[in-house]
Amino acid sequence: MTLKHRTYSEVTGADTSRMVEQVAAQHARVAERLDGVKACIAVMSGKGGVGKSLTTAALASACANRGLTVGLLDADLVGPSAARLSGVQVTGLTVDENGLDPAISPTGVRIMSMELLLEDGAPLAFRQPSSESFVWRGAQERSALREFLADVRWGNLDLLLVDLPPGTQRLTDLDELLPRLDGLIVVTIPSAASQAAVGRSMELARQRDIQILGIVENMAGYACADCDEIQPLFPGDAGEQLASAYDTVLLGRIPFDAEAAVHANTGALDQLMNHTLAGEAIDAVALQLLEAIA
Amino acid sequence: MKFLCVECDEQMIFEERNLPGDGTLAAAFRCPGCERIVAMLTNPMETQLVSALGIKIGGSEVPGQPLELVRSEMVGGREDAFVDTEPTAAANVSKGSPGVVWSLAAVERLESVPRFVRGMVKRIYTDYAQENGISQITPDVMDRARSDLGLEGM
Repeated sequence: MTLKHRTYSEVTGADTSRMVEQVAAQHARVAERLDGVKACIAVMSGKGGVGKSLTTAALASACANRGLTVGLLDADLVGPSAARLSGVQVTGLTVDENGLDPAISPTGVRIMSMELLLEDGAPLAFRQPSSESFVWRGAQERSALREFLADVRWGNLDLLLVDLPPGTQRLTDLDELLPRLDGLIVVTIPSAASQAAVGRSMELARQRDIQILGIVENMAGYACADCDEIQPLFPGDAGEQLASAYDTVLLGRIPFDAEAAVHANTGALDQLMNHTLAGEAIDAVALQLLEAIA
Repeated sequence: MKFLCVECDEQMIFEERNLPGDGTLAAAFRCPGCERIVAMLTNPMETQLVSALGIKIGGSEVPGQPLELVRSEMVGGREDAFVDTEPTAAANVSKGSPGVVWSLAAVERLESVPRFVRGMVKRIYTDYAQENGISQITPDVMDRARSDLGLEGM
């Protein structure tokens, strides 16, 4: 026997679960919170280990040093590092019913990172039934990213940089959550392997009509401490190749710099920016970024 | 999601939500025509899937809290991650409430909640009491709020 009754669309009353309404409210809250942000730029690589997080943290610091009000959202929820790299001392974040204040780095960058919430050494994990966690794990991480966007009191910013994790999923999440994503900076290393992996991520960005502002080639040679010059390191020219293939610009080439690595380890980005060849290169990238968002 | 009483051809109304504490959820819906009540029972996986989206079936009668999903669902959170500030007296007045008193037993129970989430839980229970005209929060009120608001694990 087939029961005869009205369908979902024929029942015109409000959705009693109120799920759609709640999702719409979530989007509205993100838009409201970011109303004072002039430009939101994501930094992506698509490949791990290319130095994207340090590049992002240093870029944020460089822009702050040039007078911009800058925020840095660490969207790498599983492997967060923005706070440590930026020299933020972990202290309690002030929170009330309206939101929470971001941490402030020594160079004045407003930072939110899962690193500030997790116990030292603890992996990101959620309370959940013991099996089939893959079903909702992605949704939980996306919700956490949404809360970082919507609940942190970012205030008025000239620039909000979002440090994306390796892979492409978080770029999709971010693009869907934001009222507008103003552009993307892509980080690669010179190798052909990196070029292939990063190219796939850029293809996704192109398919989603996300503007690629340019490419940063990291570990492009090494900074010789003795001769103060850039010496060859890895073969390849992935930065130029990708810029050409995706009709964008090579924003800069950052050398591997042992001295910069020491400063990064201690979160001394001001030292990195002011006293290393890598810092000089990142500052040049920052100048181009400022022109792009002006 | 809509529930239809086929016999009456009336859309059913959300009545209440219940969390038995085993990861499952029960949401009751009532037919405004014949007053029949049906319960939707979800298993832990279904319950978690909805929760992961940061939403509650039937909505919530109190405002959402900052980082509510992160604070309520994440494990391994730092004890000193947050400094929760108390609502100001002015905020209470604007809500039409002079404030809510916590019984000693309720305070003791609150102290057993991990610090990572404690401040938020306190605000949620306070909001619940204010919304429902309750002047004193007791363990019984906390139990009701937990069930009514779907505060699994708080």
